[in-house]
Amino acid sequence: MSIFIALAALGSLTLILAVMLIVANKKLYVYEDPRIDAVEDMLPHANCGACGYPGCRPFAEALVSSQVLPGKCTVSSDEGRMAIADYLGVSLGAEEKQVARLACAGGTNVALNRASYKGLKSCQGASLVSGGGKGCFWGCLGHGDCEAVCDFDAITMNAHGLPIVDEKLCTACGDCVEVCPKDLFSLQPISHQLWVACKNLEQGDGVLEDCQVGCTACGKCAMDAPGNLITMVNNLPVVNYSENHKTQVPIQRCPTGAIVWLDEKLGIVKGKESRKVIRKGERGVGAS
Amino acid sequence: MGLLNFRKNTFKHGIHPPERKDETNGLPIRQFPFSPVIILPMVQHIGSPSEIIVREGQEVDRGQLLAKATGYVSVPIHAPISGTVRKIANVPSISGKMVQGLYLEAFPSSSQEVLEGKPIDVDTATQDEILQGIQDAGIVGLGGAAFPTHVKLKVPDGKHCDVLMINGVECEPYLTTDHRVMLEQAEDILMGIKYLLKSTGAERAIIGIEANKQDAADHLAALIPKGDPVTVEVVPVKYPQGSEKMLITSLLDREVPSGGLPIDVNVVVVNVATTAEIGRLLPHGRGIQERVVTITGPGVKKKGNYLIPIGTPLRYVLEQVGVDEHISEVYMGGPMMGVAVSNLDISIVKGTSGIVVFTEKEIKRDQKIYPCIKCGKCVDVCPLSLNPSKLGILAKFEAYDKMAEDFNLMDCFECGSCSYVCPSHIPLVQYFRLSKSIVRKRNAAKQAKEHAK
Repeated sequence: MSIFIALAALGSLTLILAVMLIVANKKLYVYEDPRIDAVEDMLPHANCGACGYPGCRPFAEALVSSQVLPGKCTVSSDEGRMAIADYLGVSLGAEEKQVARLACAGGTNVALNRASYKGLKSCQGASLVSGGGKGCFWGCLGHGDCEAVCDFDAITMNAHGLPIVDEKLCTACGDCVEVCPKDLFSLQPISHQLWVACKNLEQGDGVLEDCQVGCTACGKCAMDAPGNLITMVNNLPVVNYSENHKTQVPIQRCPTGAIVWLDEKLGIVKGKESRKVIRKGERGVGAS
Repeated sequence: MGLLNFRKNTFKHGIHPPERKDETNGLPIRQFPFSPVIILPMVQHIGSPSEIIVREGQEVDRGQLLAKATGYVSVPIHAPISGTVRKIANVPSISGKMVQGLYLEAFPSSSQEVLEGKPIDVDTATQDEILQGIQDAGIVGLGGAAFPTHVKLKVPDGKHCDVLMINGVECEPYLTTDHRVMLEQAEDILMGIKYLLKSTGAERAIIGIEANKQDAADHLAALIPKGDPVTVEVVPVKYPQGSEKMLITSLLDREVPSGGLPIDVNVVVVNVATTAEIGRLLPHGRGIQERVVTITGPGVKKKGNYLIPIGTPLRYVLEQVGVDEHISEVYMGGPMMGVAVSNLDISIVKGTSGIVVFTEKEIKRDQKIYPCIKCGKCVDVCPLSLNPSKLGILAKFEAYDKMAEDFNLMDCFECGSCSYVCPSHIPLVQYFRLSKSIVRKRNAAKQAKEHAK
């Protein structure tokens, strides 16, 4: 007999709770646009933040409420973006693809170390110990924090300890920009092909002792450049990309190859007069 | 009795690294030759950089003002030698950063007389006049942190200071500058204490000295006039007793709260060399232009304590004292809390208390880092009773926010005891230094964001 009492008690409790849940579901229902889920499914789920939103879901919400256009997502493929634009019936939005670019060319074959660093294999850690030991204070330390932080495998360290960005894989999420203790990375539209690959603020040939491809602030590029394309600021050329920058003239007379032309097919193109780097091995540690 | 005494006179945990002080603690302070070129960075203290007020080519006298303070947490810089300002340019600094600075070329045959300024009399000057005088003299904490002393001495409204503590502990191995200063500049120290007592309003002063410097303690105690509210206390030898918070616990059994300052327990702590400098400079209205530096370590030929003009390049210093040909590492400060330098072109600054040079023989390089075995040795030695083991594991997984919020990362003052005892050779202090810098960066970004709102 007692088993029936138990069954009845539990059964009625289940019934009461079920009714409460049903009522709550009806009363407290929050309407959510079903398109948000659909759009989120079409996004790459990288949650990288490159669009400026905290993740793919908030970006999807913004898309559906038409605060932003699908082109803002630099991670999706073109087809993916088109699909979202078609689904929402909005225009694609022309966002030029951006990539992370490194303003340093001082690999171990051209840059000198003043001291050898032993400790945590991390640029951020090394930079706290007296700057990291590299002769050029501004240069890349080469321990690969950027390679480790990149979620898209777009960064690989080359044989000379410099990070190489695969422009196809780079989504301009900005993680490498944030992690680099020397602030060498910046996000650039892919059309910016004229590039100053140096951040050394020193002037004169003393720079070359520390790094053979450093900018000596000779100013030839600024002189040769048409109009106000290049100005010298703090001993470094600064390219004004709002001018017509589709010219390779400024790089031609650069004696060290600190200002380069990033060609889609040829890769890094240096000027005719820039010195050739032949050394394959390390320059190592030495007094400068 | 012995046990009771032990508990009363020191702090919890800590380590006993080899002291190695006997090589230099018997050597008197000697004047160092003037370097032909002095390199003066404008960032020699914590706070905003000094602003240069001389121009290139200008001739300056020793003790002349070269750069003025920019704000309250900042100090001026005086010329350490008579000479010509050769260049104003970026100069390398101990942090590895390039900072603004100037190159000063010495007059070869100058008598290097020091300029005198407006004297500040301890009996007639007011509290604010003394604090201003300390700032004008360019005095910062000479123990190594280089925090502007006048800021430390200014007791905030609503708080009061009852004990002034003079820190003559010098727990860092190898270094003997404070030891020699206490033996040779005792009068200056006592004079400095008068200034400090007046500026802080403290009722009494305690000079804390570790037991390995008994001679200095006896010397100072004998010189204190009867009736002065100054006492000398000897504490057992233990690292890192020289840290403010540890010394306060040792001498007064007060505990500075987490994230707090000594003034929160009514104490102001000043390093003994800083005190001597105040007592030496203020009666003449001079600015600081030189400091005592211990140059020691297995790689140095002429070890000793030298009075070195600020701005003397490290390379010149090492040339003068002579170094072993197999030198491998050079530390500024002591081997525990000092920084390994990456560049010999940096110069002696106000915060440089010692230079320790090691050769290839002493340095074990490429030690394999093993995983944490949770032996708890680091927990046993951490003077702040943090959990370095847990913090180290979190740092490895980059859980920086958790470290700061749940495990009091920001209280760590990087004494290095945990790394010293770690059997797995985990570079714990470097992890913490890195984590702290990232947390600070994130907090600053957060604040900037809130500010923008």
